[in-house]
Amino acid sequence: MSTTVFVPKDAAAVSVGADQVALAIAHQAQARSLEVAIKRNGSRGLLWLEPMIEVQTAAGRVAYGPVSVADVPGLFEAGFLLGGAHALHHGATEQIPYLKSQQRLTFARVGIIQPANLADYIAHDGYRGLRQALQLSAAQIVQTVLDSGLRGRGGAAFPTGIKWKTVLDAPSPQKYVTCNADEGDSGTFADRMLMEGDPFTLIEGMTIAGIAVGATRGFIYLRVEYPHAHRTLNEAIAVAYGAGYLGDNVLGSGHKFDLEVRLGAGAYICGEETSMLESLEGRRGEVRVRPPLPAIKGLFGMPTIVNNVISLASVPIILDKGAKFYQDFGTGKSRGTLPIQLAGNLKHGGLVERAFGLSLRELLYDYGGGSASGRPLRTVQIGGPLGAYVPASQFDTAVDYESLSGIGALLGHGGIVGFDDTVDMAHMARYAMEFCAVESCGKCTPCRIGSTRGMEVIDRIMVGMNPQQNLTLLEELCDTMVNGSLCGLGGMAPFPVQSALKHFREDFLKFHHP
Amino acid sequence: MTSEIHSIIDRLRGQPGPLLLVLHAIQDEFGYVPPEAEPLIAVGLNLSRAEVHGCVTFYHFFRHSPPGRHVVQLCRAEACKSMDADKLAAHATRTLGIDFHQTTADGKFSLEPVYCLGNCACSPAMMIDGQLYGRVTNSRFDELLAQQQQDS
Repeated sequence: MSTTVFVPKDAAAVSVGADQVALAIAHQAQARSLEVAIKRNGSRGLLWLEPMIEVQTAAGRVAYGPVSVADVPGLFEAGFLLGGAHALHHGATEQIPYLKSQQRLTFARVGIIQPANLADYIAHDGYRGLRQALQLSAAQIVQTVLDSGLRGRGGAAFPTGIKWKTVLDAPSPQKYVTCNADEGDSGTFADRMLMEGDPFTLIEGMTIAGIAVGATRGFIYLRVEYPHAHRTLNEAIAVAYGAGYLGDNVLGSGHKFDLEVRLGAGAYICGEETSMLESLEGRRGEVRVRPPLPAIKGLFGMPTIVNNVISLASVPIILDKGAKFYQDFGTGKSRGTLPIQLAGNLKHGGLVERAFGLSLRELLYDYGGGSASGRPLRTVQIGGPLGAYVPASQFDTAVDYESLSGIGALLGHGGIVGFDDTVDMAHMARYAMEFCAVESCGKCTPCRIGSTRGMEVIDRIMVGMNPQQNLTLLEELCDTMVNGSLCGLGGMAPFPVQSALKHFREDFLKFHHP
Repeated sequence: MTSEIHSIIDRLRGQPGPLLLVLHAIQDEFGYVPPEAEPLIAVGLNLSRAEVHGCVTFYHFFRHSPPGRHVVQLCRAEACKSMDADKLAAHATRTLGIDFHQTTADGKFSLEPVYCLGNCACSPAMMIDGQLYGRVTNSRFDELLAQQQQDS
């Protein structure tokens, strides 16, 4: 009888050798005349254990990891096909504490199913949300999303339902649904994992969005740095067309919805929604002045939904299980679950989907296991390159939109990057300005010129030139950028700088002029 | 080259907002966007040359000259920095004998910075010719480079 072995084809797993491990297992099985069926799944999100392979046993799936090619013969010797004991054995996957304690709604299928396999998707409750949506009126679908309390997971946290309602109420012969998959924040990979591990969830969410607001065409704006996700999405979209889930007559409902992937070209700013629309239209990704909002005048001047991958991928389960089911998770105005990404210098980096309200400390130590280097954690940056650095003294803060903004930080797309005590915060502050200078679209002056001046001022501080005067100048410059920039790039790039100045000022004062 | 560019334009001009699609297709074909392609695209898509050139130069991904046989992209962003990506970058530039945005004299390797590859829990990360690698130490970097030398 054939034994099923799961070897992830998620890009992170592949980046540390999953393809070679899959080949080695196939070779060993052949050499030993054992029947093994290798299935390529997404990642479970326990990324420090990648490549993490799983064996389907009578008692469920059993995990081993991190597996290298050299480990494969030993795994066969240990009888891993029957779940045998081995140094890399972690027992039943679902019982691993990191996974067991999670509340996976949006990521319910990621790592479990084969990504572009429609039958697998449907067998795991896929397309139930769309079938439910087809029983409802457009206004009812929008109301369900509104009632769920879902807020944009891209970073701005704007209520998704309100956006949808605006598009629904905007009369137009053509409307669009666009998915912002330009996940450029360092420390984030939830969009990538979802698109690679369960692409139909995103396709289903976009289809529901289209039906809800009367849009017949959708675009996924995907960053070019994600070639694996690109292949998986295109594969899944082709399958969805073939099976009647996309096209002129979605599931015979009379609704039309066409969907395609468009690639970005390495511009961080295109994660800003109006810049993304410019790019989709084939122009330089320069931000637009708002109003008009994209919901009124978006892609090609038509009413357009712009939602992040995770927002759209949360829609199917909301339609399937109801607004209340989703709304029951979370705290205060932060409803539902959030896929948090633990990254950088953390021992157990990975994806943790939990209801809002967990403390940073629980995430960093109970899940993250502290630093990877074994040194004390000094700070974490939350929400990507435009997010504040939070010092260890504030690790008891709850991870929800309001609590974080209460300490001058922001949640953004939910990425948390750990830094140990060797980090030089003046260097990180300079990097924040450098990044903004590289990625500025150039349209407004505070961002375009301010970022370069910011870099220069920090350079002077870092050689000990008039530190007090230059620190004052830097603070004024940050203030100008925050208040004078057209969009979030120039407006938020000073956040990491300001937080470094506030919490780690000593790092800026240690330099001596030669 | 001209006929290939014309056929790419003809194939894609009916798409909504086709310029980025065309630029991607041209770079896929030639490894870069040749300057001589810009006027052809402008005429083909009914745009000004300034619009085409402005677009090509706006996006970091589009190259204006042919790259080396292998393109090495090192992540320079925060998560990788927290795992000593700056030291890896120093090792990479020393080993290859070039700085970022440069190509080795033998035309084998181009070194490019990239701001996040979405592999932030397996930092530091890099990409060689579209293949993603994680947990890259100096010695792993050397091994991967040696592999490319062998393959080519």
